[in-house]
Amino acid sequence: MTVRITAENLGAAYGSIVIWSGINLDLCEPGLISILGPNGAGKSTFMYMINKILEPAEGRVLINGEDVMDLTFKDIAKLIAYVPQASGETFAMTVMDTVLMGRYPHSGYALTEEDLEIAADCLDKMHMAEFAMRNFNELSAGQHQRVMIARGLAQEPELLMLDEPTSNLDIYHQIRTMRLLRDIAHQKGIMVLVICHDLNIAAKFSDRVIMFQKGSIYADGTAAEVLTAETIKDVYNVDAEVIEVKGRPYVIYHNEGDVDERSERGEPQRHPGLPRSGYWKPQ
Amino acid sequence: MTKLKIRTKITELGRGVRLSNVASHKYKDSDTATASQRAVADYKAYRYAKTLMLIVVALLCLVALGVDIGLGPYHIDFLDVYKAIFDRLGDWGGVMTTDEKVVWDLRMPRVLTALFAGMGLAMAGAAMQSMMKNPLADPYTTGISSGAALGATLAMTMGIFLIPGAFGTVVNAFVFALIPAGFIIAMSIYRKPSPAMIILSGISLMYIFNAIQSYLMLVADPNAASSVYAWTIGSLNQASWSNLPFIFCVALLGGIALMYMARVLNTMNSGDAYSKSIGINVNRARIIVLVTISVVAAGIVSFTGIIGFIGLVGPHIARMFVGSDNKILIPAAGLMGAGLMLLADCVVQTVAETMPIGIITSLIGGPVFMLLILKQKREIW
Repeated sequence: MTVRITAENLGAAYGSIVIWSGINLDLCEPGLISILGPNGAGKSTFMYMINKILEPAEGRVLINGEDVMDLTFKDIAKLIAYVPQASGETFAMTVMDTVLMGRYPHSGYALTEEDLEIAADCLDKMHMAEFAMRNFNELSAGQHQRVMIARGLAQEPELLMLDEPTSNLDIYHQIRTMRLLRDIAHQKGIMVLVICHDLNIAAKFSDRVIMFQKGSIYADGTAAEVLTAETIKDVYNVDAEVIEVKGRPYVIYHNEGDVDERSERGEPQRHPGLPRSGYWKPQ
Repeated sequence: MTKLKIRTKITELGRGVRLSNVASHKYKDSDTATASQRAVADYKAYRYAKTLMLIVVALLCLVALGVDIGLGPYHIDFLDVYKAIFDRLGDWGGVMTTDEKVVWDLRMPRVLTALFAGMGLAMAGAAMQSMMKNPLADPYTTGISSGAALGATLAMTMGIFLIPGAFGTVVNAFVFALIPAGFIIAMSIYRKPSPAMIILSGISLMYIFNAIQSYLMLVADPNAASSVYAWTIGSLNQASWSNLPFIFCVALLGGIALMYMARVLNTMNSGDAYSKSIGINVNRARIIVLVTISVVAAGIVSFTGIIGFIGLVGPHIARMFVGSDNKILIPAAGLMGAGLMLLADCVVQTVAETMPIGIITSLIGGPVFMLLILKQKREIW
């Protein structure tokens, strides 16, 4: 059974600055759900409220009908895992020990054989098993991120939340990670909530897309419903064209707009020192 | 040797010892083993090697203990020390030989105090560094040493005792050393106790304590001021069988408590948000660790005076050998601290018996530490 997350009239604020308010959402169906939106729209804040890291400014979040604020961190951790944004913060612990942190909500002081096997298995899923005995601070940013995702998987949650899991990954691993997350969601019947900035990656793998805009949720539905040229213009202020590739929307950006603005203001469009042809050519 | 080579060596060492464990070998040596099976086998071998390392260091500490007890004006041979210890244990009520008297009555209290003080301070220091994510932190970071010094100064110069009697100074130092922790707990009601808040409030308290203490020493009688000064250097001269149980309990129970919190300390590396998401009440955990560290450090400091350096350097040296995993680091730091104190006491006993050990720990420890920093290649922070 999947965990049911309900946001009732939820509002977020940092001090007197309101991020968004009056959000009503129901997350209950297994699958990969992408959260999209511009910087500062409160996507991470929304995740923080689901697992009690931040207190709602108004309204409430319910996990299976119970108010989050009445649950302990440990209760929540058994249901919900969270993979933070890549921060570049490292420590001299082995990769295996790092992934084993994810077993904390399920294990006692001593780790069992099962814990080790689950952790190693999750590492293997992220193609990091070879690095199990390396120190976490000896890895690259992309490898860090894969370890962090493995740590989230090791928690075996019913809702897995990932804050920009693909930000440092190469294209191969971006696609692989998103496919893996979708497959896990479908096979285990869990919910995977992903914050993402690549609209095409999100469109390709998501079962549901939620578009945040400053102040509220702009759109919520399937990728084809949400990702339209109008939505992208309204939310990101970017001209785009949406075509269909293999049944999924595919966004092509047209960003000539900012060049026009500069010529309207009478500013030179290119530095006089640049070659006339416009592009640097190898001699 | 590169860090990778060291890591491989350690893993190999562990695997070699685990010959009896067929499981770990079957995976490593067969071609059919999956990557995750190899990872599990390697991890087990690695953990085993670390445990083995702890046992070796513990044995070295036992050797240092014997050497240290033997040193002094009345020299006792290394093996005779252990003989005296076991003979006495076997025949508790009997008449004591000279060796037994010297070992048990004169030297054991001092050496055991050194052992437990070093152990407690280094464990507390390791936990403090991990919690604050700061290599400069030591058990005194929150102002414990200044608090203790002020408490002792009040007793020695003004005759102000919280409780009268033989333990007046000790109790004063202990209670005043706990003031910073109490202050931080009170502040945590209004603000979440972040590492920066804890360090900064500790520093502000330190300045306040120092100001009062400096004034008291200025107006005090020079003899009293001089004894205060001697107290702040830290020495083992006050060690006795009657003081030992307290230091023993504080170091051991505190150490066990910190080892129990090791997994929580590990996750704090990944930030507060992540720690909360796996079910740790970070703010409460930080207060619990802080209080434990404070009680350990205050308990030791109030008997020995401010022995510096061990709490800062013991954990760093341990970190160089075992890495930053607190489950191994905290006991390793404890053993390293104990070992360093015993070595320092050996030097004291050979060079000048009345020299406060606080001077030696810093004088010898400083250069050794600097050498280790220069030599080490592994990123420990």
